[in-house]
Amino acid sequence: MIYTVQGAPLYVYTGGKAVDVSKPTAVFIHGVLNDHSVWILQTRYFANHGWNVLALDLPGHGRSGGKAPASVQEAARSVIALLDAAGVDKAILIGHSFGSLIAMHAAAEHPERVSQLVMVGTAYPMRVSPALLENSISNPSKAIDMVNVFSHSTLAPPPSALGPGTWLLGGSKALMRRILASNPNENVFNIGFKACDQYDQGETDMAKVLCATLFLLGSKDQMTPPKAAQSLIQQARDGRVALVKAGHQLMVEAPEESLAALIAFCKK
Amino acid sequence: MPGYSDPGFDTLALHAGAAPDPATGARAVPIHLTTSFVFESTDQAASLFNLERAGHVYSRISNPTNAVLEQRIAALEGGIGAIATASGQAALHLAITTLMGAGSHIVASSALYGGSHNLLHYTLRRFGIDTTFVKPGDLQAWRDAVQPNTKLFFGETVGNPGMDVLDLAAVSQIAHQAGVPLLVDATLTSPWLMKPLAHGADLVVHSATKFLSGHGTVIGGLVVDGGSFDWSGPHTQGKFEELTQAYAGFHNMVFTEESTVGAFLLRARREGLRDFGACMSPHTAWLILQGIETLPLRMARHVSNTEKVVSYLAAHAMVSRVGHPMLESHPSHALAKQLLPRGAGSVFSFDIRGTRQQGRAFIEALQVFSHLANVGDCRSLVIHPASTTHFRVDDETLKASGIGPGTVRLSIGLEDPDDLIDDLKRALKAAEKAAPAAGGAA
Repeated sequence: MIYTVQGAPLYVYTGGKAVDVSKPTAVFIHGVLNDHSVWILQTRYFANHGWNVLALDLPGHGRSGGKAPASVQEAARSVIALLDAAGVDKAILIGHSFGSLIAMHAAAEHPERVSQLVMVGTAYPMRVSPALLENSISNPSKAIDMVNVFSHSTLAPPPSALGPGTWLLGGSKALMRRILASNPNENVFNIGFKACDQYDQGETDMAKVLCATLFLLGSKDQMTPPKAAQSLIQQARDGRVALVKAGHQLMVEAPEESLAALIAFCKK
Repeated sequence: MPGYSDPGFDTLALHAGAAPDPATGARAVPIHLTTSFVFESTDQAASLFNLERAGHVYSRISNPTNAVLEQRIAALEGGIGAIATASGQAALHLAITTLMGAGSHIVASSALYGGSHNLLHYTLRRFGIDTTFVKPGDLQAWRDAVQPNTKLFFGETVGNPGMDVLDLAAVSQIAHQAGVPLLVDATLTSPWLMKPLAHGADLVVHSATKFLSGHGTVIGGLVVDGGSFDWSGPHTQGKFEELTQAYAGFHNMVFTEESTVGAFLLRARREGLRDFGACMSPHTAWLILQGIETLPLRMARHVSNTEKVVSYLAAHAMVSRVGHPMLESHPSHALAKQLLPRGAGSVFSFDIRGTRQQGRAFIEALQVFSHLANVGDCRSLVIHPASTTHFRVDDETLKASGIGPGTVRLSIGLEDPDDLIDDLKRALKAAEKAAPAAGGAA
């Protein structure tokens, strides 16, 4: 479904269903160089179990038009504008990596619009190595390889996003290449990395979050290891932690455990 | 996952898709010979059917042993996933029928395995899918053959048995300009010799019966998706409705919306395997996995043995032509050096000087080579294509495929190379002796 958000078309996956304002709404926000499809299993489950699902492609990514957000704050404004466009007063915000910072900032700035917050594969500060920042411009293909190796923890994942027979390392790379190519005007890889690296409001933002927060973390995550989320966890007003045995792409590497943690938290 | 870079080919050949079995600790991949899998609850059952959860339901659609094989070949090819099928022919059929129906058109290389030619030229025409065949090296012919209803380009990495090397970069570029994907049959090269997806192909099929299995024991096929082709991209002009429009046969799913890069595999499994049913037995999958574990070692030996045999034949007085790209005389020599630096494979043909009777004498005198209809076995094989694999192909088409009435095809195995050469030497002598007396021969 395409919404017009901040004057540009914004693609939102809804599980094939129209928004019903009588239902609770879950917003899924992807990370750098990803799109809505990283949540395929979780979003289909939510869309068929009583929730409205708004899984967006961030502006400038994939099927969405507009300019890619250059900061966490800018992206968070797009998320709130999406809620306005969809006629949703309040939603659960579920973000992965870069998306987790976006969700947190949106919850901090608009606590009245956010019922629960889920930060998947998160860290603060979310520093990006100079080598990755440089390669995201000079050699994106190499940078994609580096990110993928650090984002997956196993050569033998269970049945995942596309079902049995899915090779996650290949799938993640193909998606990143597609998203990079989807925007010929901007390097969304570098823009996203810089936004993560430069975000410096983590602890103050978390202090402003009023709702319950779930930290859904991968015990084998090398990109955002669980210890790197500790400052946020300690700052959270009502924080819970769910640790699953997976790497940074835990939604696809441990889809069952990730879904179970989301269901348990979001049903409360 | 160890290391700071992608695992190498040999590591993936052993480990991709497989971990010790969590239930038993078994290190080797268990063979899951079961038709179906117990649901934890009615809700879980519904979720599995509705693609809200990933898991196994019924072994025609997926099976844990097959899934390991599928992940492994996808890893080795650099793809996003794969589907195991009952045969290589089933893999080709699944790829085609996932993308098109009656009224569609394919542009294909004329240098194809006879079975693939039959499917395209005869059988699919009966179902309204038309194919134009072009010489694989004639790039203008590929361009000229495109029609508004063209949905696919298809060729073999290395043609069987002429060994024409497909110029993947050039042909894929023409395909993509036409808004269609390039599907290649990589059976004769295997990912150890070449990864077609890295050179521009979008989809790969294998007859896993051949080098992947490697032991001449099972029939099986694989389809691999590179995840590179944008089915709803601007060049496609809406021609892939099977993937971009709601499918009433599966929850009105729009596959390209569900998965940005995996739409093809989603539909192929949920429609093609479900409805056509050409699935692989888990026992077969296990045997192919056993083969893949030693693929790097075997392919290296296939290639080195082939180089010795080709050199021997090329210097023999009874041999008029050896069709292997390692020779400068082969039209694909330069392209093979570029695309196949490890070697162009071990299935090739050569022509014996003399009569058909001499050709028969050659084949009947062989003792180490087995006379049969297969390639890619660990044992060396020999066949006469014009009377067997390409029997239904007319002379003109045969010629276009680089096959003459007296052409002999060899598939070089893993025996001691000296024994192979001795066998060929003995058989060529027998052919020489079989020359007609009136011709002045002894």
